[in-house]
Amino acid sequence: MTDLFSKFDPLIEQRAALLETGITDPFNLVMDKVESPTVAICNGRRTILLGTYNYMGMTFDPDVIAAGKKALDEFGSGTTGSRVLNGTYGGHKAVEQALQDFYGMDHAMVFSTGYQANLGVISTVAGKEDYIILDIDSHASIYDGCALGNAQIVPFRHNDIEALEKRLKRIPKDAGKLVVLEGVYSMLGDIAPLKEMVAVSKANGAMVLVDEAHSMGFIGEHGRGVAEAQGVIDDVDFIIGTFSKSVGTVGGFCVSNHPKFEILRLVCRPYVFTASLPPSVVATAATSIRKLMNSADKRAHLWENSKRLHAGLRQLGFTLGTDEPQSAIIAVIMPDLEKGAAMWEALLHEGLYVNLARPPATPAGMTLLRCSLCALHSEEQVGEILGMFAAAGRATGCIS
Amino acid sequence: MSDRSHILARVLELIEPFNKKGVDVSEATRFAQDLEWDSLTVLDFVANTEDEFDVIITMNMQAEIETVGQLVDALEKLKA
Repeated sequence: MTDLFSKFDPLIEQRAALLETGITDPFNLVMDKVESPTVAICNGRRTILLGTYNYMGMTFDPDVIAAGKKALDEFGSGTTGSRVLNGTYGGHKAVEQALQDFYGMDHAMVFSTGYQANLGVISTVAGKEDYIILDIDSHASIYDGCALGNAQIVPFRHNDIEALEKRLKRIPKDAGKLVVLEGVYSMLGDIAPLKEMVAVSKANGAMVLVDEAHSMGFIGEHGRGVAEAQGVIDDVDFIIGTFSKSVGTVGGFCVSNHPKFEILRLVCRPYVFTASLPPSVVATAATSIRKLMNSADKRAHLWENSKRLHAGLRQLGFTLGTDEPQSAIIAVIMPDLEKGAAMWEALLHEGLYVNLARPPATPAGMTLLRCSLCALHSEEQVGEILGMFAAAGRATGCIS
Repeated sequence: MSDRSHILARVLELIEPFNKKGVDVSEATRFAQDLEWDSLTVLDFVANTEDEFDVIITMNMQAEIETVGQLVDALEKLKA
């Protein structure tokens, strides 16, 4: 008998070798207690959270929690059904309305996760004869959406406007085209030149989908994302987003002005063939989204945090993913996985949690320590974080 | 020179800058196993090939192409 697990042997060996060095498993951290959006207890130690995507710190907002508790009492713990059968409650319609209001768009469709939103919309909208043109650094959920459908897939070099244009021009004129972009790329925290890319896509007859998972709530005048900040949101056909970052719960969505958008509810398999979100989740999401509409002060503070951390890390001598802070993600580039894991552990001992990211999730085989800031990180906390990076960096020889 | 040998000659030229191991390249050479290309190298090579022949080699097609000879076949079809 062939053991179907043999194919995982290289990874099993790599992991064993890493853990043999006595290092804490970076992919098995348990948070025993969560005190706030910025602090948790990990292995009995008070730890500042700098890798949670909890950008706007909504997870402990009293209004959000109250809305969730009320829904739990009034509607129960779960829907036990698909959105198209028994799984659409008032709360699901309310959160879709909140999204329409937040984005100023005609339609909103809520999925059970952000992953499923990409999976569903991409696989359904682009059919066999159609082309999907996507950035090579796209998120796994975008690639999986391509794999679930059967369109022709054409990748182009990351953020390269000319490469996108060349490919669009080579595709048959009358073929259906969907260009898939992200507002913020989560590995390095860099943003896309959406202004130019959306214009090039439209000039070549393509529809455009932008994943704004990492920008919602704080980029753009109304927090609608990079497309808003660059003035092209009206030309974007589909915006994909998530509740699991700035909104502070779980779920995914697509908003659009397409007149036929609602038909997706019947033909999109990752929407139809799964259970809908629990009532408490949609209630917390709706409350959080409405609060995010009026969060200018928090947005400003988050940007301050991002700028200060970027400048501080750079001053300490770390190599960062972007020359300027472009989002709330600051990626620290590590020389290799061993050093990255050692630095990650040293930070954890200092009392700081960041994400360790490694290939294949990262571009160009990089190992990254990914920091995502929160609007609720205080000035003092950012100072503490920089102190921890200095100590851990020196202890591991990452900086001198 | 036939169209096919002409395409092959150009493909071999395009491979050369990415042939870091100095592999002796023939039609039977496999991109992943023999040339040991990673996904980024593949992307660069495919982009150069697309530009050279003014075609699109979709990821769906790439999944079917394992050897240099298979790439030449695919380019022949795309140019037909």
